[in-house]
Amino acid sequence: MMSRALEQSRGGRLPQRWWAQFRVDGWLLAGVLLLMAAGLLAIYSASEQNLALLYRQLIRYGIALLVMLTLSQLHPRYLRIWSPWFYAGMLLLLGLVLVVGSGTGASRWLDLGVLRFQPAESSKLAVPMMLAWTLSRLQLPPGLFSVLPALLLLLLPCALIAVQPDLGTAIMIAGSGLLVLFFSGIAWRYMLAAALTGVAAVPVVWSLLHEYQRNRVRTFLDPESDPLGQGWNIIQSMTAVGSGGWHGKGWLQGTQSHLEFLPEPHTDFIMAVIAEEFGWFGVALMLLLYAGITLRGLYLAAQGRDSFARMLGSALIMTFFFYVVVNTAMVSGLLPVVGVPLPMVSYGGSSAVTLAAGFGILLSLYKHRKIWS
Amino acid sequence: MAGRRKARFQERMLDPSGRSSRPALVQDHELRARLLRRSLLAAIVVLMTMLALAGRYWYLQVPKYQQYVSRSNDNRLRLHALPPSRGLIYDRQGVVLADNRPAYRLEIVPERIDRSMDELLQELAQRVRLNEATLKTFRQRLRAQPAFTPVVLRYDLNEQEVARLAVERFRLPGVEITPYLTRYYPFASLFTHVLGYVGRISAADQATLDRQNYRATNYIGKSGVEAYYEPQLHGRSGFQQVETNAAGRVVRVIRQQDAISGDNLHLSLDLQLQRSAALALGDRAGAVVAMLPASGELLVLYSAPSYDPNLFINGISSNDYQALLSNPLRPLFNRALQGGYEPGSTLKPFIALTALALQAVDADEVFVSTGEYRLPNSERSYRDWKRGGHGRVVLRDGIVQSVNTIFYELARRLGIDNLHDGLSQFGFGAPVGVDLHGEISGVLPSRAWKQARLGEVWFPGETVISGIGQGYNVVTPLQLVHATAMLAARAPVPTPQLRPASAQPPTPAEPASPAALLLNGQPVQPQHWQLVEQAMVDVVHSSTGTARAVASDQFIMAGKSGTAQVYSRVQGAELLETDQRELQDHALFIAYAPAGQSRGDRALARPAIAVAVVVEHGGGGSTAAAPVARAVIENWLQRP
Repeated sequence: MMSRALEQSRGGRLPQRWWAQFRVDGWLLAGVLLLMAAGLLAIYSASEQNLALLYRQLIRYGIALLVMLTLSQLHPRYLRIWSPWFYAGMLLLLGLVLVVGSGTGASRWLDLGVLRFQPAESSKLAVPMMLAWTLSRLQLPPGLFSVLPALLLLLLPCALIAVQPDLGTAIMIAGSGLLVLFFSGIAWRYMLAAALTGVAAVPVVWSLLHEYQRNRVRTFLDPESDPLGQGWNIIQSMTAVGSGGWHGKGWLQGTQSHLEFLPEPHTDFIMAVIAEEFGWFGVALMLLLYAGITLRGLYLAAQGRDSFARMLGSALIMTFFFYVVVNTAMVSGLLPVVGVPLPMVSYGGSSAVTLAAGFGILLSLYKHRKIWS
Repeated sequence: MAGRRKARFQERMLDPSGRSSRPALVQDHELRARLLRRSLLAAIVVLMTMLALAGRYWYLQVPKYQQYVSRSNDNRLRLHALPPSRGLIYDRQGVVLADNRPAYRLEIVPERIDRSMDELLQELAQRVRLNEATLKTFRQRLRAQPAFTPVVLRYDLNEQEVARLAVERFRLPGVEITPYLTRYYPFASLFTHVLGYVGRISAADQATLDRQNYRATNYIGKSGVEAYYEPQLHGRSGFQQVETNAAGRVVRVIRQQDAISGDNLHLSLDLQLQRSAALALGDRAGAVVAMLPASGELLVLYSAPSYDPNLFINGISSNDYQALLSNPLRPLFNRALQGGYEPGSTLKPFIALTALALQAVDADEVFVSTGEYRLPNSERSYRDWKRGGHGRVVLRDGIVQSVNTIFYELARRLGIDNLHDGLSQFGFGAPVGVDLHGEISGVLPSRAWKQARLGEVWFPGETVISGIGQGYNVVTPLQLVHATAMLAARAPVPTPQLRPASAQPPTPAEPASPAALLLNGQPVQPQHWQLVEQAMVDVVHSSTGTARAVASDQFIMAGKSGTAQVYSRVQGAELLETDQRELQDHALFIAYAPAGQSRGDRALARPAIAVAVVVEHGGGGSTAAAPVARAVIENWLQRP
């Protein structure tokens, strides 16, 4: 069977052959497309029916889909081989952005003339890839001596991002690395130790935080203490959510978002717009969709052909889920305001493209699963 | 434990590639199971977390729904009060005396400015006039108001200032130019003492007014008609429920109830007549009041010197205010209402009527005037103004030539209490009840009054000088014109009003026939009215009348002059010969026309008018005050 396929690929017509080999998981693709549809609907409303903005997002979605589908057809071995190089390149860029980066208040962007690029974005993929690569080369489940180099590989980019400063992204990337470790089957006692270390590190981290970051945490703990300043975002977001009720005020009818009470309604707080306009039913539908995509992703990852595939796939989909949780919890006042967009729905290009690339990798890992079954 | 290690070893051994650079395919069943458990654990965590998040949103959206809905509504819905436009004030011909003029004020929203307040004020000072007082009141308002509401910096910007600011508005965020209506008095000082003026609502005003209705109102009547008719002029404020965005800008109006404009007031005042009074008075201090006896309508109410009420509307500058306060002629003082003057001889017609009614005198009783009057058993002599006296005279001559001795005697015969009761029928000693605040009651002395006021007994000599309107007597120009109107009407007259009943919606009630004036419980006899009128006509028209100089051949005018002593002369001393203005007597004159044969003359086709004039330090009543009265009457009667 194998040899016949190879034979066909040599002698047959190429386009048909290429098409025949193109396979993606329909459920995951459908889930992503539904998210994009929800995103367009919500952005249209949140941006005051700004069509130009909608077109830009549409183009970004197009690029994201293209990246996703392209990556999905790539053989995982390339991903594996590229992992160290990708990681090294990312470290270089993170170093560079600290020197020549641009951005207001924090240097996060690299201006390449034609496009502006956020190196931290690439680490969302590079870090889990590198960790999966490292761990997969070692004995599984990893012992203490294989965890330590992995942690080092994780902390280096996180530290570089944290000093930009972009604490939110640093935490998210640290989370994605820890997820790789989790899916490597690491012993619970190490995880317990890590958790305790984390708790012990809180005062140290607090002392290292910038004042505005501390204020965000303070405000989160007591938003009413400064209702017009720092607390504004949390209060207005919760007001938007709460006033949505069971079925919401109706599409385009949200007063909190349209009257500018809600900060950044089409980016980080788009869930508040959905909650306000479509009510709890809308929220539940979105959460259901996210849960479905995540569970499907976990299922796909669990069928990976090797430990690299499994670790990477599971970590990527759980990172995606992690983003969903952090964003929705922030919007509903459960977490402090950190700049984490709602995956695939919030307006913005780099996040969507990175996430789509993650999905592409996941699809690729799944597509090439069958070698051992 | 050992088995697990062995399995791991086997896994590595079994690695088909044999190269450590390639990850092991997951063939170790134990590891596979372990990784699968992790995936399963992750799936459970996913489901639990999603459930928890759905629960969180449910908590906000269902049990807390009401709280957040009302908060969302509080966010977006604002109630804006709409100020009613203040009623205009017209004179009897329909000329606007108090107008609403569109103006612009400069406001700053402290929350929205992009620099420090001091920098902004410096910047603005280069474009609009800002003096110390303006800045001071601005800072007071700044402290009292929340930062998101506009705080007024300057009222009534001129055109250049508006233009300069409008051009640069884009680079001055938080600076707003707001149109509003401000009061404007086109005739400036002419009507100040009658119309009063409006001003900014003060803390004292706040305490008494209906805050709900004045939410959007800037001005309140401070004095005069503006204050008296405040409820009618103000109107009802409306409201507008608007949806605002986070910046406080109005996005749309949800519902609106329009403000109801204040009533326009049509006053009985007459611009031409008021102007003629002011012109005749010139730069002398004094007051002129004129009314229609038949209806009580006030035609003129003028007090001089006056001042420009427009200065007060947006807060008078302290310089201007100091100038008004330090002016020795006291322009702020409303002489027509609050000026208490000794009536002097102007009281004589009323005393004559009282004496006739009480039969204390006959029309033909002859008095001998020697220029001196003594009470029985008294050394003290009371003088006539004419040295040597007027000789043999009757009551009528007493009025025409203003013979004091007759009235000394009449007062003595009547006694102070009868005199008081008689004169009080003409409205002396009590506010006439004009529709303005602050009217004084004057003094109509009696035994009871003196006992109550001074705690002293009455002396007979005080009765004597009361006979010529001196002593304790104090009247206002308004009281004088009111009493004079009774002479003209020969009956009690309606209360002098600026906004008479006739200007209000007519009532279906039958107008009552005028009641007769009762003196001593009896209606005044027509022949007594006739006698007094003839005497007053002679004051003006006979060769012996004190005011013959002002006689007109166009109409017949009844009048009586009076002189109020500023410094009482020491008995027997020479008349004070002085040029010093402030030592000169006050000149008074009361008059009405048409009178005498022309009374009821249809050819004139003008209703009778009564006038009272006071010229402070003017000297003699007939020389200083009578021409003013004549000018007003002439203007009224000879108007085409």
